[in-house]
Amino acid sequence: MEISAKQPLVLDNIAINLEGRLLISIDQTIAPGDVLSVMGPSGSGKSSLLAYIAGFLDPAFSASGRALLGDRVLTNLPAEQRRVGMLFQDPLLFPHMSVEENLLFAIPHSVKSGAERKLRVKSALETADLQGYQDRDPATLSGGQQARIALMRVLLAEPGALLLDEPFSKLDAKLKSQTRKFVFEEARKRDLPVLLVTHDEIDADEAGGKVFNLENTEEQ
Amino acid sequence: MLRIAPTLALLVLLGPVFFGLLATIIPAFGYFPALGGETLTLDPIRNLLLEPGIYRSSMISLWTGLGTTVISLLVVAGFVAGWSGTNWFRTMQHTISPLLSVPHAAAAFGLAFMITPSGWLFRLISPEISGLTRPADLLIINDPAGLSMMAGLVLKEIPFLFLVTLSALPQVKPRRFAHVATSLGYGRMAGFIYCIWPRIYPQIRLAVFAVIAYASSVVDVALILGPTNPAPLAVRLVGWMNDPDLTMRFQASAGAVLQLLITAFALLIWIALEKIGGFFLMMKRCQGNRFANDNPMRIFVLVLISLSIGMVFAGLAILAMWSVSGLWPFPDVLPSSFSLKSWSRQIGTLARPFWITITIGVASTLIALVIALACLEREQRTGNTGGNQAMFLLYLPLLIPQASFVFGLQLFFLMSGIDASLFGLVLVHIVFVLPYLFLSLADPWRAWDKRYGFAAKTMHAGDNRIFWSVRAPMLLRSILVAAAVGFAVSIGQYLPTVLIGAGRWPTITTEAVALASGGDRRLIGVYAFLQMALPFIGFSIAAIIPAVLFANRRDMKASS
Repeated sequence: MEISAKQPLVLDNIAINLEGRLLISIDQTIAPGDVLSVMGPSGSGKSSLLAYIAGFLDPAFSASGRALLGDRVLTNLPAEQRRVGMLFQDPLLFPHMSVEENLLFAIPHSVKSGAERKLRVKSALETADLQGYQDRDPATLSGGQQARIALMRVLLAEPGALLLDEPFSKLDAKLKSQTRKFVFEEARKRDLPVLLVTHDEIDADEAGGKVFNLENTEEQ
Repeated sequence: MLRIAPTLALLVLLGPVFFGLLATIIPAFGYFPALGGETLTLDPIRNLLLEPGIYRSSMISLWTGLGTTVISLLVVAGFVAGWSGTNWFRTMQHTISPLLSVPHAAAAFGLAFMITPSGWLFRLISPEISGLTRPADLLIINDPAGLSMMAGLVLKEIPFLFLVTLSALPQVKPRRFAHVATSLGYGRMAGFIYCIWPRIYPQIRLAVFAVIAYASSVVDVALILGPTNPAPLAVRLVGWMNDPDLTMRFQASAGAVLQLLITAFALLIWIALEKIGGFFLMMKRCQGNRFANDNPMRIFVLVLISLSIGMVFAGLAILAMWSVSGLWPFPDVLPSSFSLKSWSRQIGTLARPFWITITIGVASTLIALVIALACLEREQRTGNTGGNQAMFLLYLPLLIPQASFVFGLQLFFLMSGIDASLFGLVLVHIVFVLPYLFLSLADPWRAWDKRYGFAAKTMHAGDNRIFWSVRAPMLLRSILVAAAVGFAVSIGQYLPTVLIGAGRWPTITTEAVALASGGDRRLIGVYAFLQMALPFIGFSIAAIIPAVLFANRRDMKASS
């Protein structure tokens, strides 16, 4: 399915300010299949880094620098054309759609054949160990199941990179480690560059890649 | 297309207000060539001031406007202060919401059927307690001081102000502050009024102004419950506006300007009252006056609000009963027989007003809905909300007495040749439908978790796809409720329909109000019942559609 060779995610001299205060300054390259963990306490604005890369940074922030996927400059593109997948703190499965409809929503429009689209959904559900869940109401799934569906939904959109905004923070300890493993495995299988922001050291350890600590400019 | 949405909204809202006011004010000074007024003169104003009882009419309008607002706001503030966060409060929340959709005229008829000497309350205590076997000779409705009219208005403004307050409440996080005040020894009500009310009031202030403007210039409720000799100013205006002698239009214009001044004066007095009230509260607060034992007061307010709600429901039930009653002599509490005769006799004459009502309601609601959605969607995409100014402009048509600009609009249409057309009617209904529809939709629309949109964007969904596939369906319930609100507002419109329709486009509401003076209870029952049934049907549809579409989606269930 994946035709294009994977490319690195480049954070080229990105700096993000809020009300004149520098929150983040970062200059890193994430190779395909690698994970970069950005660590910082809550309130440090680390999520704004992901928002900037994905293209929905709140206008209250000001940012400079570029994000690139290979040599494609993301920061010049509208959010929906950047093709970076993102997992949020909540699964955000669309509550009015079934599991299958959620997944179909993500599959690129260029895949025209209905049968092919359904097949992709089916194999994604198998990967998530949720065979036969097509018609389920997402609200009736457990937290771990929702998290896996959310990941499959992101991956079905065929992103060039994966952004993780503390997607495990709301799961209980056991689920957290299982889900974490699942996410990193799937990302690695697809050779995606992954950028994780978290305040949880274990997240960063499990990710196994480079760790970037945000120096908090605030006292404390 | 989206880019022009806010401009279009302003045009639709303010265009009629602006041209209407202009076309009202100019003839007040004698200039209206179509009616032979070629020169500027003060004659219309002079004639107006020579009208017998004009001073008293103006004072009644001022008094009912302010009185209604003071009573409704005190009851609402007292109830929210004394009971928010309790089970009683939640119960009341659910009971009161449907009342908002009851047209003013229907509620007024219901009250009239309760409190007249031959009304249901007297039947309840007759003959055993009152000793009456015939209706007493008392002037209760249409009393010269306008008390019953004020009561009828209060019954409808309490739900309105309550629901507006309710939507302002979560933003100020009342619980935390209330606990602080209580722990310092303040009574529940005092703590709330001192610490929380001052932050709620600015958010509901425009709605309060709208109540003043409405109550000081209302026509339909005044025709049903108001004084007759002299009648409130707005009622007399409409008489002059519809006078077969076309030269009376000049005096009507002058009267409409007077109405404008009376309402403005009412607003000014209110602003002075705000200052006095604010100062008084500040004093009490700084003196540390705790009002710790406020249980009697709390219960008093609870009784008041329950009575007012109970009165509307009971009144509507009695209306419905009259429409199917056979013989129902005084002092029987229930009809001695039931019959569908009133309905079957009316079916023929009902059909036309019924379909006109539906047509205008659906058309104005759909157009207003498209405009509101386009504005909100544009706001979402550009991040530009327009702020307080936009809010003020939205409220503007509600702050100006209907009679003052709709009359001018009628003259304006007269000149442009679109007088008395369905198009003109829909246009004028939109002026009132759009603000309420927008206000109802804006909160849920803005409260939508934007991250759903972000998530969709990372799956390369564009703005349009997000709107149609994610946001609109997720907010379907709110969209339909807002549409139902708009539809209910359209159903309830009396004055604009009468003036712009020039009697050629009767609706259920104009027919019902026209029956007021006749006193045929069965007939009034039929029309008033329909008047309240139509909005109710709208809200039912708004509840059923999402319930069916999302039957298997737990997170799409109505919350609260």
